[in-house]
Amino acid sequence: MTPTVNGKEVTVGPPLWLLAEITYACPLHCVFCYNPVDYTQHGPELTTQEWLKVLRDARAAGSVQCGFSGGEPLVRDDLEELVAEAHKLGFYTNLLTSGIGFTAERAKALKDAGLDHVQLSFQDSTRELNDFLSHTKTFALKQKAAQLIQSNGWPMVLNCVIHRLNIDYIDKIIELAVDLGAEYLELANSQYYSWAQLNRDGLMPSREQLQRAERVTNEYREKLGDKLRIFFVVPDYYETRPKKCMNGWGNIFLTITPDGSALPCHTAKMIKHLEFPNVKNMSVKDIWYESEAFNHYRGDAWMKEPCQTCPEKEKDLGGCRCQALMLTGDAANADPVCDKSEHHQTVLDAVAYAQVPDAKRIEVKPLVFRDPINSRKLSSITEA
Amino acid sequence: MTNDEAVLNSTPALAAIFRLQWEEVQQAWVLLYPEGMVKLNGSAGEIIKRLDGKKTVTALIAELEKDFETTGLEKDVLAFLETAHQQGWVKA
Repeated sequence: MTPTVNGKEVTVGPPLWLLAEITYACPLHCVFCYNPVDYTQHGPELTTQEWLKVLRDARAAGSVQCGFSGGEPLVRDDLEELVAEAHKLGFYTNLLTSGIGFTAERAKALKDAGLDHVQLSFQDSTRELNDFLSHTKTFALKQKAAQLIQSNGWPMVLNCVIHRLNIDYIDKIIELAVDLGAEYLELANSQYYSWAQLNRDGLMPSREQLQRAERVTNEYREKLGDKLRIFFVVPDYYETRPKKCMNGWGNIFLTITPDGSALPCHTAKMIKHLEFPNVKNMSVKDIWYESEAFNHYRGDAWMKEPCQTCPEKEKDLGGCRCQALMLTGDAANADPVCDKSEHHQTVLDAVAYAQVPDAKRIEVKPLVFRDPINSRKLSSITEA
Repeated sequence: MTNDEAVLNSTPALAAIFRLQWEEVQQAWVLLYPEGMVKLNGSAGEIIKRLDGKKTVTALIAELEKDFETTGLEKDVLAFLETAHQQGWVKA
């Protein structure tokens, strides 16, 4: 399909990746959560019937990977029904979970429904820190979840969000993954959106911490070979060129939020001047190909300088629109991770601050945990 | 036995982690795996969909040549299977 965007025809492929954020409810309170800070102010969750329609519509539009996410998707008791429908439609179904609520009974029901894959998130391998960071006592539960994944024959993919407070334990995290029989381990540094943006100073590792973690990871890669494949994602603040965010705006990725809003990425709702469509009153196909919000940052006609005339613009498409908005005030600016951006200094300042040891910081802001009380408090501040 | 002979006598199958399926919207065979997808070109799809873990590569080549009424596919099939092994799509 070739919709016309800003007077230019742009070729758009299907929304291959559907992320169904079926609920914002979550028993955890992670300080790096990317759910919107004002999540308590969003509309009511879609019903089972409405989600079934989203799945059918998206599949007909060409979606093939389906991620069930949240919040904690296991909070909804219709998850099995949604997975069964997605499987029947021919989706490859992924469950992205913290493992809380993942009992032997539900694991079996999900297996019977045709669930293809479970990605289990860990905050850390050391129980104390894990419990501190997620504000709950959940570590033993996660170990149990990992065993259920294995006994049901799902490929074992562990994801651990890395940051200033746990990055020095990376060897323990990798060893835990080995002990649990993981085949893949994602060590992803937290990206600074939503709650992680509020907590950025407390979460960004120093350069020394990063280098050590990468060195340790490489040593384990050599030692473990094919037994465990490890992906390590550095925080983009340490780069000089931005990431090609979501592989391009409205290119392959479609998020449906709990209330039915359709977004090109899970944090895009922060771009307030765009009116994002809702699956309750627009078909997935029209949302993807026709809506102003999805067409807005397609192609390159929207770009400003230095992106517009940059020889690398096709490579990264100017980076992340949300990051540009958060750090420069305009989502159409270059992502200031790029050292060609006139706002790059804001990134350098944050990185410089990450080198200051906690003991030498004049004011150490307490971490803000993601919970309904903080959400309501912060929503009233943004609205005021 | 040369390496090619060994391959011709092997009976490859799709690796367990992948699922092969036809995608109508893309008009292509794709390999699906946790959170990812490989879009196969026409000939790659025709080769992979015929792998069952029992058929030898020699038999596979004969089948392809018959179905497409052609000859001399051996070199291309062996080259593709080598790539497929390297990518981990196929196990011998």
